[in-house]
Amino acid sequence: MYRYDEFDRNFVNERVTEFRGQVARRLSGEMSEEEFRPLRLMNGLYLQLHAYMLRVAIPYGTFSSVQMRKLAHIARTYDRGYGHFTTRQNIQFNWPKLDQVPDLLAELADVEMHAIQTSGNCIRNVTADPYAGAVADEVDDSRIWAEIVRQWSTLHPEFTYLGRKFKIAVSASDFDRAVIRFHDIGLILKKNDAGETGFQVWVGGGLGRTPMIGKVFNEFVPQQDLLSYLEAVLRVYNMYGRRDNKYKARIKILVHETGIDELKAKVEAEWREIRDSALKVPDDEVARIRSYFAPPPFEQLDAIDRSFETKKFENPEFARWVTGNVVAHREPGYRIVNISLKPEGLPPGDITADQMEDLADLAETYSFDEIRATHEQNLVFAHVKQSELFELWQELAEIGLAMPNIGKVSDMIACPGLDYCALANARAIPLAQRISKRYADLDQQFDLGELKLKISGCINACGHHHVGHIGLLGVDRRGEEYYQITLGGSGAEDAAIGSIIGPAFSSETVVDALESVISLFVELRLDKERFLDTYRRVGAAPFKSRLYPEKLDAAA
Amino acid sequence: MPLLKDGKIVNDSWLYLDDSIALPKVGAIVVSLARWQRDRAALMARTDSVGVRLTADQSPEQIKEDLTELALVAIEFPAFTNGRGYSYARLLHRYGFTGEIRAVGNVLRDQYGNMKRCGFNALEVKSGETEAHWQATVSNFSAPYQVAADGAEPIMSLRQQRMAATGG
Ligand code: HEM
Ligand code: SF4
Repeated sequence: MYRYDEFDRNFVNERVTEFRGQVARRLSGEMSEEEFRPLRLMNGLYLQLHAYMLRVAIPYGTFSSVQMRKLAHIARTYDRGYGHFTTRQNIQFNWPKLDQVPDLLAELADVEMHAIQTSGNCIRNVTADPYAGAVADEVDDSRIWAEIVRQWSTLHPEFTYLGRKFKIAVSASDFDRAVIRFHDIGLILKKNDAGETGFQVWVGGGLGRTPMIGKVFNEFVPQQDLLSYLEAVLRVYNMYGRRDNKYKARIKILVHETGIDELKAKVEAEWREIRDSALKVPDDEVARIRSYFAPPPFEQLDAIDRSFETKKFENPEFARWVTGNVVAHREPGYRIVNISLKPEGLPPGDITADQMEDLADLAETYSFDEIRATHEQNLVFAHVKQSELFELWQELAEIGLAMPNIGKVSDMIACPGLDYCALANARAIPLAQRISKRYADLDQQFDLGELKLKISGCINACGHHHVGHIGLLGVDRRGEEYYQITLGGSGAEDAAIGSIIGPAFSSETVVDALESVISLFVELRLDKERFLDTYRRVGAAPFKSRLYPEKLDAAA
Repeated sequence: MPLLKDGKIVNDSWLYLDDSIALPKVGAIVVSLARWQRDRAALMARTDSVGVRLTADQSPEQIKEDLTELALVAIEFPAFTNGRGYSYARLLHRYGFTGEIRAVGNVLRDQYGNMKRCGFNALEVKSGETEAHWQATVSNFSAPYQVAADGAEPIMSLRQQRMAATGG
């Protein structure tokens, strides 16, 4: 894991001091709320419906047991005993008091954490593949480059007042576990024919009211040129991006309105000017950062562990959890464990301070002291011995975190919705709870297979509904909560934006409508086809006629 | 309006000339881009200095070839949240412009540090604001992460130097 050196440490401490001054000037009235707003946002502090909310960065999703314990302490001391993992590898606290926030940040700085650029119109916390350093299909550890991007983007003097927020994600695999194609810039580490590493650069993806899949701007930016390329994209965006309408201010709109070729040419021209400059990342700096991500001291283990096989045989519940939540590791005898934060009936992504502490202990015992946060609001232990999976599973079960539903219909993303959010048209969490009750039967969930269901309370799409295999979007129908159903989206390597299937359903009928969609899928699927594949094969028509039979009658 | 320049509040010796007003014979003046493009010959014929004021929609690329004739470029911030001007200053700096780069319009004190880093060397302040006000908001970061226009050594090079000095 990356550890701060004295430069990083000083920097974060100085940032706390700076923010302490800004808060003091706000509290004394010397600064207006309007002036304070962008300053606090740049440090992750939102003003919500009921209180302030602080979003803490977990850069590229990797953190330690010590950091997790600090988050638990913060949840208890400054919040109401829980935290909320978001879709961008951050954790949110919902009830901090403004005058306490500087102390809270100082405590975070003690464990090398911060809230820098977790909101505001700047370069946001950089995210990465949660399986980095553990999975066999990666070209390199994406976190090395995410850390380099983190440092370059931290309080970048030129890019703190962009037209809109700017999100960067890094991956190193053909499998997209970081929603690369829906980021303002998505980076995929590749090797070229000469064996050199570089980045395929996707620009202009995003969700919100105008969802767009990113476009490949450059097939191969050599790794040492990454920062100059990023700086060129950001400079062009900062100068030419729209500022007249905040809904048209993301880079996706600039790409769309300017045209890829013209914008690409502008970026390339700017890049030529700055490519051979101090922005080149020196090899020893890469090596220095790489050394922090060196593989932990894995033991030499056999690929097959008898006791593990026996335990699976003897204990079907354990076997189901293994099938559902555990994936292959590149080291023989190790596994990657997903920990679902979607137990039946609770808000997706929520975690109590007690659970945080227990997980910190478990990570210490079972996974080299390291935890990952995923964009699907779950956690990962990246390096667990196969022979210890059973003990880990038992301990997770004791703290209510052994739900074997990763990637299944109840592993939903749901935004805060009408319960918390002033912009919402409809509730999202209660709907998620109703759906998770309807599909409480795990056998049925396993039978349905991978099914990504995502719910947003309004078109801002915090719940990623556009990229759900099935998406539910809250809309307002004459003051009533209604939900539109979208089908066929995907945030993975087979990226797609879901299409609206027809008129919205009322809150009373939407769960039945969802069930109709799913049961039609079961009738139509071939073999072990996923919902998404069936939908892509048969198209929207059968789903339309199942959901809106009266339209057929009218047409006949 | 007074200016903050090199950490001091000073009076502005430049006159912003409205497009409708005739060119004065003497005195340093700042004109709009349109005026510069229209009256360039007359402006260059004067002995006193001339500067151009760019709005947030006018990239310094448009005056790239003229910079040797100009002693000042003023960059307008229509709102303190509109950060285009930061990139404009970086461009001017890269073009080798050595005159004054001035931030005008809606600017916050807390933005001063970043503006300096991007190449601004003067900015407009509200009357009544003192140097102490501004100094109070200057952040004390011992080293930045990025290279920018102010020549401050970024953390990456400081690390390199340290590694070279300690031999590894
Ligand atoms: C309750 C308070 C919240 C409010 C008022 C809010 C507001 C918004 C708005 C206005 C946007 C659209 C931004 C744009 O397109 O430029 C947005 C996007 C988004 N929000 Fe939220 N949000 C809230 C909570 C959350 C939470 C809790 C999460 C994470 C679980 C989240 C994750 C996202 C994501 C991933 C996007 C999409 C970014 C994209 O377009 O690429 N939001 N939010
Ligand atoms: S999607 Fe809409 S309702 Fe949900 S959190 Fe975002 S802004 Fe609020």
